Amino acid sequence: MPNAQSGFFEWVWFIFRTYAPMFLSGAGTTLLLALSGTFVGFIIGLAVGVVRTIQCRRADGLARYLLLKIVRGILAAYIEIFRSTPMIVQAMVIFYGSAQLFGITLPYMLAGFIIVSINTGAYLAEIMRGGIQSVDPGQQEAASAIGMTHGQTMLYVVLPQAIRNILPALGNEFVVNIKDTSVLNVISVSELFFVSKTASGTFYRYFETFFITSVIYFVMTFACTRLLRVLEKRMDGPENYTIHGSQTAPEGELKLKGGSAQ
Amino acid sequence: MSEPILAVRHLSKAFGDHLVLRDVNFEVQKGEVISIIGSSGSGKSTLLRCLNYLEIPSGGEVVSHGQVVGAPGFDLTKHRARVGMVFQSFNLFANMTVLENCVVGQVRVLKRGRDEAKQNAMRYLERVGMAAYIHDKPRQLSGGQKQRLAIARALAMDPEVLLFEEPTSALDPEMVGEVLSVMRKLASTGLTMLVVTHEMGFARDVSHRVVFMDEGVIAEEAPPEALFTNPKQPRTREFLSRYLGSNA
Ligand SMILES: Nc1ncnc2c1ncn2[C@@H]1O[C@H](COP(=O)(O)OP(=O)(O)OP(=O)(O)O)[C@@H](O)[C@H]1O
Ligand SMILES: [Mg+2]
Repeated sequence: MPNAQSGFFEWVWFIFRTYAPMFLSGAGTTLLLALSGTFVGFIIGLAVGVVRTIQCRRADGLARYLLLKIVRGILAAYIEIFRSTPMIVQAMVIFYGSAQLFGITLPYMLAGFIIVSINTGAYLAEIMRGGIQSVDPGQQEAASAIGMTHGQTMLYVVLPQAIRNILPALGNEFVVNIKDTSVLNVISVSELFFVSKTASGTFYRYFETFFITSVIYFVMTFACTRLLRVLEKRMDGPENYTIHGSQTAPEGELKLKGGSAQ
Repeated sequence: MSEPILAVRHLSKAFGDHLVLRDVNFEVQKGEVISIIGSSGSGKSTLLRCLNYLEIPSGGEVVSHGQVVGAPGFDLTKHRARVGMVFQSFNLFANMTVLENCVVGQVRVLKRGRDEAKQNAMRYLERVGMAAYIHDKPRQLSGGQKQRLAIARALAMDPEVLLFEEPTSALDPEMVGEVLSVMRKLASTGLTMLVVTHEMGFARDVSHRVVFMDEGVIAEEAPPEALFTNPKQPRTREFLSRYLGSNA
């Protein structure tokens, strides 16, 4: 064990060696929460985004109209509230609120997962709305014109394009969550920040411990950012494609590479 | 005459307090090719869109097979599958290949099997000269090819009548011909067609009847020879002379 005269890196190395399993499991929990929370948040965002595209017309009957109005009001409130309050506060309110109001003591991990999911869902619902709106409405009209229902139009025409459009934002949300799950330490979720607090407390070595913590966070976010960028490139499909000449002028065939005519 | 495929009775449509269609009446018989002409803002597109309920009429009715379109219990999905539409801006499904564009409606709406749907799609893609491009995405196609694909997509549903909404207006001039020639071919096979167009040549040579719209009403309706050479209404005459020059 280093003593009071030991240098910074000696302490860093010592704490890292001593608490490696804890750091590892903390990082694992962080990644797991970020990944599952982003995934479920995506599903929530998708569902909310789609519900908000359902047309609300008086002509379709009063009951349906009122129901839709109410659902929309609730969804709008959800999005506004969760986007306008910090996740750390949401964590406290949900965790202690569910205990006090309903007598449910959620396991820490489950509580953390629920909070990240709902919080991410609120952001992704807005992003999803944008993604849906960016799909040319003419395609929806064409789908209606061949008799597709709103649900079919969404499923087969709009969502595949909308999801493709929001993938970068989704990846970004994931990376943000790797960092932001750290606030869940306030409800004792043993993610990376929480275990770091424990590790630093024993020897009162806060700087050295959190130096290690920041390196781990950086490596995780940096690696994920790069990985997502590679995936995005892949998704863009083959970079080459052909614009065929018209039948009347087949010589007008262009080969495009990376967006520029050759 | 037999029962019309579509009948429009006292149709009116208002956007807010702007009355765009006023008491429009007409019928479409099986096998007819009808051109709808008229100046910008006269309500041609709105009329066409009321026929498949993309616009909801404010008054009057559209009748299909004895049933009022949009009435309680009316099967709108079936109606729309029977009334095809080709749009000015193509509106192809960007996430699907050429073939898939023609298959999806058959499978999802008409509940046909995938193989049957593909075969049917291929038949129409061949007819419009797009069979060579079935694996391409719409963004890879030229404007003329896109519109021919849009026609095949509509035909693949085996509709009773095809509505064309200015099908050549968004095309570069050199591509107008290929689309018009497909439409002429379709007309000659006896397909029922309703064409909103500024192509007076097509209206005159191909259609059986020309409907001239002005300020939300059908101002004149006649076979093309009569309407183009001997228009009854002063406003028809004025419109045609603006469009075709003084020698019309
Ligand atoms: N969704 C809408 N909301 C409000 N006004 C509309 C809408 N659609 C059409 N209009 C108005 O209705 C009138 C008729 O439009 P419509 O598109 O039917 O004319 P058109 O004969 O097709 O004209 P064009 O030759 O320019 O296509 C126009 O004054 C237009 O501004
Ligand atoms: Mg129009």
